[in-house]
Amino acid sequence: MTDLETFRQETRAWLEENCPQSMRSPFKSDKDACWGGRNFQFQSDDQRLWLERMAEKGWTAPDWPTEYGGGGLSRDEHKVLLEEMSRIQARPPLNSFGIWMIGPAILKFGSEALKQQHLPPIVRGEIRWCQGYSEPGAGSDLAGLQTKAEDKGDHFIVNGQKIWTSYADKADWMFALVRTNPDVKKQEGISLVLFDMETPGVSTRPIKLISGESPFCETFLDNVRVEKDQVVGDVDKGWTIAKYLLTHERSMIGNMGSTAAGQKTLAELAVDGVGLEDGKLADPMLRTEVASWVIDSIGYELTAERARDEAKSGQGVGNVSAMLKYAGTELNKRRYELLVAAYGSEGLLWEGDDRPAGALPQQWLRTKGNSIEGGTTEVQLNIIAKNILGLG
Amino acid sequence: MQKLVLTEEQQMLKDAARGLFSEQAPVSQLRKLRDEKDALGYVPEFWNQAVELGLAGTLIPESHGGSEFGHVGMGQVMEEGGRTLAASPLFASGVLGACALMLAGNDSQKDILKGIADGSHLVALAIDEAGRHQPFRVATKAEVQGEGFVLNGRKTFVVDGHIANTLIVSARTSGGERDESGITLFLVDPKAEGVSVERTTFPDGRNYAKVTLENVAVSADAVLGNKDQAASPLQKLLDIGSAHLAAELLGLSSEAFDRAVAYMKERKQFGVYISSFQALQHRAAHMWSELEQLKSMVLKAFMALDANDDQASMLASAAKAKASQVAELVTNEGVQLHGGMGMTDEFDIGLFMKRARPVQLMLGDFRYHADRVASFKGF
Ligand SMILES: Cc1cc2nc3c(=O)[nH]c(=O)nc-3n(C[C@H](O)[C@H](O)[C@H](O)COP(=O)(O)OP(=O)(O)OC[C@H]3O[C@@H](n4cnc5c(N)ncnc54)[C@H](O)[C@@H]3O)c2cc1C
Ligand SMILES: Cc1cc2nc3c(=O)[nH]c(=O)nc-3n(C[C@H](O)[C@H](O)[C@H](O)COP(=O)(O)OP(=O)(O)OC[C@H]3O[C@@H](n4cnc5c(N)ncnc54)[C@H](O)[C@@H]3O)c2cc1C
Repeated sequence: MTDLETFRQETRAWLEENCPQSMRSPFKSDKDACWGGRNFQFQSDDQRLWLERMAEKGWTAPDWPTEYGGGGLSRDEHKVLLEEMSRIQARPPLNSFGIWMIGPAILKFGSEALKQQHLPPIVRGEIRWCQGYSEPGAGSDLAGLQTKAEDKGDHFIVNGQKIWTSYADKADWMFALVRTNPDVKKQEGISLVLFDMETPGVSTRPIKLISGESPFCETFLDNVRVEKDQVVGDVDKGWTIAKYLLTHERSMIGNMGSTAAGQKTLAELAVDGVGLEDGKLADPMLRTEVASWVIDSIGYELTAERARDEAKSGQGVGNVSAMLKYAGTELNKRRYELLVAAYGSEGLLWEGDDRPAGALPQQWLRTKGNSIEGGTTEVQLNIIAKNILGLG
Repeated sequence: MQKLVLTEEQQMLKDAARGLFSEQAPVSQLRKLRDEKDALGYVPEFWNQAVELGLAGTLIPESHGGSEFGHVGMGQVMEEGGRTLAASPLFASGVLGACALMLAGNDSQKDILKGIADGSHLVALAIDEAGRHQPFRVATKAEVQGEGFVLNGRKTFVVDGHIANTLIVSARTSGGERDESGITLFLVDPKAEGVSVERTTFPDGRNYAKVTLENVAVSADAVLGNKDQAASPLQKLLDIGSAHLAAELLGLSSEAFDRAVAYMKERKQFGVYISSFQALQHRAAHMWSELEQLKSMVLKAFMALDANDDQASMLASAAKAKASQVAELVTNEGVQLHGGMGMTDEFDIGLFMKRARPVQLMLGDFRYHADRVASFKGF
């Protein structure tokens, strides 16, 4: 037996023993996700237990080094873990901007002290992070951000406003882009800083979305003190790190093009909605559109796989993250439009516990943000045109 | 877990093929064949060089004179051939002919493989009977006569039919016109009495034939595979063919795209290069994304075919479906981005569009293959 097969056997056995039964089904709504953090209300003992057990093994961040609490898994082992989790429809133990975004940036650019301080609590789901990038005047043109950080010797004093900060009202810490030097080219005076949301001067105000939910906020920074040792990388050199982090964010958002473990496929859901006739989806026009989507999604999934394989063998074009973000999010939007079509008016029922398609209307509306958050579709197309095709 | 990247050998084959096609079969060669209404429809000197490089035997076992390099390898050759619109019997003979014999042939029939690999023997597959691909709708009849059979019917869209030394013909030996069972494959000598092969012309300037069979007598040895049971090997053959056509579409679309992008960087209007217009940049970026995704699908389909993966048929159909869509998009946009120049015969860009459409239709277009993917996925 190869090492990988042994690992698979062991992982399977461990999951069998440690994944609580109630954690072995797809999320019924976004509310089932575990986000961790100081103030998180676990929905059940099982949810807490599942997080603790996975965190103990470092499997909330399977590919991070063990010295910072991660799982230390190789890429292949990581893939096996995900496969084994999906085999029993195990829920992700932790949703975390710490793991998806700031963690990888600290790992790559942060000081040893920052790694020691921040990574283990992220793995354990003890500290929940939010992303303070966008400002009212700086969305797509992120480098135009104005929030300013004044040098006060051993610390900065930060003033400004962030917007669209997802879960700012629930987060414990923020990673934020601030202007530390207003006198140079806009990309060259930006720093990436970390601070506790309980620091005096930080306040948030929720924004209600088209889905009726309020997952993000305006964040006001009023004379906020940020210690200098909480700068990731060098002062004024935050733009490179910000972009690195955006690449991570993009691949994560782009992943929405994939059908998550245990989630029913679009085709299965369409069959639920419309039914089969002679083995074919009863609505032939819808069948064509779903088939077209399925083909495109195969192309997307295989391209994500190829990009990973090429990166590993040192081949291929960089910047594929822009393409995957573009393709994956547009695919996810199409998926939800087709679901709305498949369930018809029943799928648009806005409230109630026994809706045939559950919270589909809210989820459908949420997907509209996929091609905006983390850099819009148009910005991704600009990146491809300029960086890859050399058009200008 | 096989990685979705080429091995070093496969990359070397791809590079060698690219060198050969770009030097010995550039687009100008196809143009010349077309303009001169060349009787063969390909340049024998070029074909000999391709054979010398081993391309015709890429799929054929070493025991039969080939290099057994697999579908991923042959796929690279097909893709590169697509880039220069190279005219040759490679697909008809080296892919369809060779695989038909390998899938269904008996030992003595497999002797033909050697001739395919050394380029001396050309094979063509005669399946379709109507404009749209319906491989299991077979009206051509084969009736038992003495020890053998007598064939009657008409075939159309037979790739490289007029130069073939052997035709592989599907005919009905039992059942109704739409039944999957009751179909048999026959090896037919185009020179046999009652066979007439008429070359037809298409926008791409390549070779297709109409084949008429009138009381054509063949011996029992002419049956390829089992009587009445051609459906299964035929389907496998069509999966393989579809994947290779997807590779050709990938190659020709990539080239059309590269040319359009190059044109955008040299054409000035309003005092600037048209590449500076965002309306065009986004369309180019979209096409590039589509091409990258097609590339992944084509590669995966070949790997699945080589591995005899049970997803191979589905992946081949998905690849051909996507390739047909992407080729339509990119060749249309290629002409559009060239403005008036795109409409001229003098510019090559139109040739890519004119090649794309027949290849899209060949062995089933987007609609045909999307329908199959849906069936594979249970809806
Ligand atoms: C669900 C959601 C969650 C988010 N979470 C966070 C978060 O946690 N933290 C955070 O910092 N931000 C977050 N954002 C903000 C997000 O990053 C910005 O919305 C995004 O960068 C776009 O900026 P904007 O909204 O200002 O739009 P604008 O930049 O004003 O864009 C408006 C329109 O113009 C187009 N456009 C802009 N520039 C160009 C150009 N150069 N070429 C062509 N078209 C262009 C855009 O594509 C868009 O269609 C979130 C957004 C959403 C929707
Ligand atoms: C069949 C046919 C018949 C014709 N008959 C006549 C005739 O009788 N008399 C006559 O005078 N002309 C005629 N024309 C010429 C026709 O008007 C031009 O081809 C047309 O105006 C486009 O110009 P162009 O070919 O130089 O393309 P270009 O202007 O070079 O355009 C190339 C590409 O760039 C795009 N592009 C250019 N500028 C921009 C921009 N600002 N923003 C975004 N995209 C841009 C175009 O849309 C096109 O896709 C004919 C053309 C055709 C095809």
